[in-house]
Amino acid sequence: MASIESYVDHLVQVILYDGRIIVGKLKGFDPRTNLIMADCVEREYSTEAGVEMIPLGLYMIKGDNVALVAELDEEKDSTIDYSEIKAEPLGEIHH
Amino acid sequence: MLIFSFFKTLTDQVITVELKNDLSITGTLKSVDQFLNIRLDGISVEDPERHPHMLAVKNCFIRGSVVRYVRMASRSVDTTLLEDATRREAKEAKK
Repeated sequence: MASIESYVDHLVQVILYDGRIIVGKLKGFDPRTNLIMADCVEREYSTEAGVEMIPLGLYMIKGDNVALVAELDEEKDSTIDYSEIKAEPLGEIHH
Repeated sequence: MLIFSFFKTLTDQVITVELKNDLSITGTLKSVDQFLNIRLDGISVEDPERHPHMLAVKNCFIRGSVVRYVRMASRSVDTTLLEDATRREAKEAKK
């Protein structure tokens, strides 16, 4: 069964239906992909300036909005200079 | 259930998942569930210049509801077996 159990207590990157990217520590989940994430930071991408990090705190993200949950390689992540990355924000999910 | 069973036969194969926000991710299928949620390992993004959002990601969980297409090598699939299974399922459904 596809499960994110192995991601609990790890840093994860969640992509939401509206294209937002939230990075945080996964604390819990349920079969509907509702998520509890601690110390969340939104990573806002733009073509004009580097990636903006917006601190959010402890969040429960409702599973309806979740598109993707990715395990972040913390080592690799710390080597990336996000202030230099310019890109279009991700698109919204269209059914 | 048929497509779920079909995906189970594809585990450990390399597939490409295209999401409804146009993001395409290639990786090894590790597991699938009844909702057709997909766990992919060793992922790479199809257009890394346009989508640098996943640079520090090695594995991910993709919610079934956001998948548009799943692409795989034709040699991974026995279409005759699939056709037979489909006809059987259709017969069962008719009863």
